[in-house]
Amino acid sequence: MSALAHVGQAGGGGPTDPAPAQERAGRSWLPYLLLLPGALWLFVFFVIPLLQLFTVSLQSQFPGYPGYYYRDVNFSNYLRALTDFAPQFGRSLLFAGLATFFAFCLAYPLAYAMAFKAGRWRNVMLIAVIAPFFTSFILRTVAWRQILADEGPVASTLNALHLLPGGHITETWAAVVAGLTYNFLPFMVLPIYASLERADHRVIEAGGDLYANGFTTFRTVTLPMSMPGVIAGTLLTFIPAAGDYVNADLLGADNTKMVGNVIESQFFRVLGGFPVAAALSFTLMALILAMVFVYVRRFGTEELL
Amino acid sequence: MARSSGFREAKGDLRLESVTKSFGDFTAVDDLDLVVPRGSFFALLGPSGCGKTTTLRMVAGLEQPSAGNIFIGETDLTGSRPYERPVNTVFQSYALFPHLTIRDNVAFGPKRRGDRNAMTLADETLQLVQVDHLASRKPAQLSGGQQQRVALARALVNRPEVLLLDEPLGALDLKLRRQLQVELKRIQTEVGLTFIHVTHDQEEAMTMADTVAVMNHGRIEQMGRPADMYDLPLTSFVANFVGRSNLGVGQVVDRDGDNLVAEVQGTKVKVPLARANAKDGTVMFGVRPEKVRVLRSAPEGGGDDVKGTVLDVSFTGVATEYLVRLPSGTVWSCYEQNLDVDPIDLRPGDDVWISWDPAHAFTVAADEAEARAAEEATA
Ligand SMILES: Nc1ncnc2c1ncn2[C@@H]1O[C@H](COP(=O)(O)OP(=O)(O)OP(=O)(O)O)[C@@H](O)[C@H]1O
Ligand SMILES: [Mg+2]
Repeated sequence: MSALAHVGQAGGGGPTDPAPAQERAGRSWLPYLLLLPGALWLFVFFVIPLLQLFTVSLQSQFPGYPGYYYRDVNFSNYLRALTDFAPQFGRSLLFAGLATFFAFCLAYPLAYAMAFKAGRWRNVMLIAVIAPFFTSFILRTVAWRQILADEGPVASTLNALHLLPGGHITETWAAVVAGLTYNFLPFMVLPIYASLERADHRVIEAGGDLYANGFTTFRTVTLPMSMPGVIAGTLLTFIPAAGDYVNADLLGADNTKMVGNVIESQFFRVLGGFPVAAALSFTLMALILAMVFVYVRRFGTEELL
Repeated sequence: MARSSGFREAKGDLRLESVTKSFGDFTAVDDLDLVVPRGSFFALLGPSGCGKTTTLRMVAGLEQPSAGNIFIGETDLTGSRPYERPVNTVFQSYALFPHLTIRDNVAFGPKRRGDRNAMTLADETLQLVQVDHLASRKPAQLSGGQQQRVALARALVNRPEVLLLDEPLGALDLKLRRQLQVELKRIQTEVGLTFIHVTHDQEEAMTMADTVAVMNHGRIEQMGRPADMYDLPLTSFVANFVGRSNLGVGQVVDRDGDNLVAEVQGTKVKVPLARANAKDGTVMFGVRPEKVRVLRSAPEGGGDDVKGTVLDVSFTGVATEYLVRLPSGTVWSCYEQNLDVDPIDLRPGDDVWISWDPAHAFTVAADEAEARAAEEATA
């Protein structure tokens, strides 16, 4: 997660401390000891299952015995994952990208207002952003399904006014993207808010002092200074959104299924779907990793403009 | 980006006319009148919270006055935005752009004004402040002193009509501070801009500025050439804020030719009328410590003198400071230059006479609270 490490180091204006002097030899094991519990945890609950999943993704089915597999090095699972489920992959990336974009558009002004304009309302706004976490993500999505349902207040009003072309809100891609946007919005708001809040106001004033008007100061000073937050926020939104299946499941229809839905159904509903589901999971992971890598390499560095 | 639309070319003296700034009920700057001649080095000196930064921010346009007007030459800048003013600030905290290289930091202003030679100008200015070798680094990779120079370059590169420096040396250690003071002065002489330098270090103000203004509670207490201000403070606050003074409250009792006669704690003292800023009733009498002589025996001839007891002697190399307790109980400090081959060898407990030439004495309106406040602020 180099992106998150980047968040920690960027932003500050002060001189960085020189690398701390060498620890005394006798204490050099201490950092490793501190890392140990976390490393063990990750090993048992992340590395081992991942390896297990990888072996599953290469298994083959016993001919004639649906649901039984043998160990193999069978890359055709990956081929199937990519060919049969290409539309779902595309949708996942598209929906997640759209949700990230909309979340950014909503979150940046909100975070900006919280950081610079809210005054004593700041904490209230912060709580309002965090409050949804007090109830389950699935329950909230179910609630949205009811709010947006055909007989619900929104859809029926719009229908009465003849403003809803298809007649439905739920079971459309728009509802899925809206759900994703809604559900991951706090993950976009909080890092942007943190980076704006930490930004030195004097530095922003310096922009004005040096002949940049309000908009230019925003474009050349405020926005670049908040880039670490923007990058963290987009990653925290895009990555879980691309793997999400709850929104597509509860708010979408068959033609809005995402990779998450396919993996879920291959694992739990399709007999003999295990290897393909595992291959799908790995493909998704590799795809996201590659995109994040390119993204962070491109924008994670200083200059955006 | 296009040239900032509203930029105002203004040339001439900086003038503040009855400028007031209130935050709620609190008046941070109170009816301030000020003229800073073009091309001069002006120091604004005052204790913490007296309104120095607020004054600068109003000149820069980062804050708007609650009342009054700000002019450069004949142009009224009141109400205009910071980016419209030919004024640049060196912020107390440097406020460099953390995401830009040093060169881009310095080129920021010229670029906003659409200067095609922004980069060349930036390099030249970095050379002037002697940090051109760091041009491609980021601010976080610089030391405090280097950042300070960059902050100066970033403002200087624009050749503003007025350059505001808000305690730019405050965070530096003494040696670097002295070095940068000299350089700041050199640069100011070289480029000939109006510098307004805010500080609460009186020595810094005295050594660098052509004109010093002492500010207290949002008002200017006294303004003038450093030497004049030191020689003749006009208020008890200035008497103790710009250097120290031996002060005593007394009553004016008589006139004697060109002198005023006052009785201070049982002793009659003389003060030239020209140096008496308070001439009637209760006044505060003062003499600078280095103007007071310490003697083993009663002095002969002119001058005022008092008998006292040595309380403490501290040898500082160039001079020796004696603390002498007077009969009234007040303690005066006296600096004696260590000029004599055989210094007078005094010990605590010795009886001495202290004497001074009345030509060095002064009176100001009696205000012990302000005198003490000034002493504490500079302690
Ligand atoms: N935005 C503000 N709101 C309320 N009060 C303020 C504001 N800005 C400054 N003040 C008050 O105005 C007074 C003057 O502040 P200012 O920053 O000008 O002091 P200063 O002379 O620069 O002091 P220092 O030497 O400590 O920097 C202070 O008492 C401060 O608390
Ligand atoms: Mg200040």
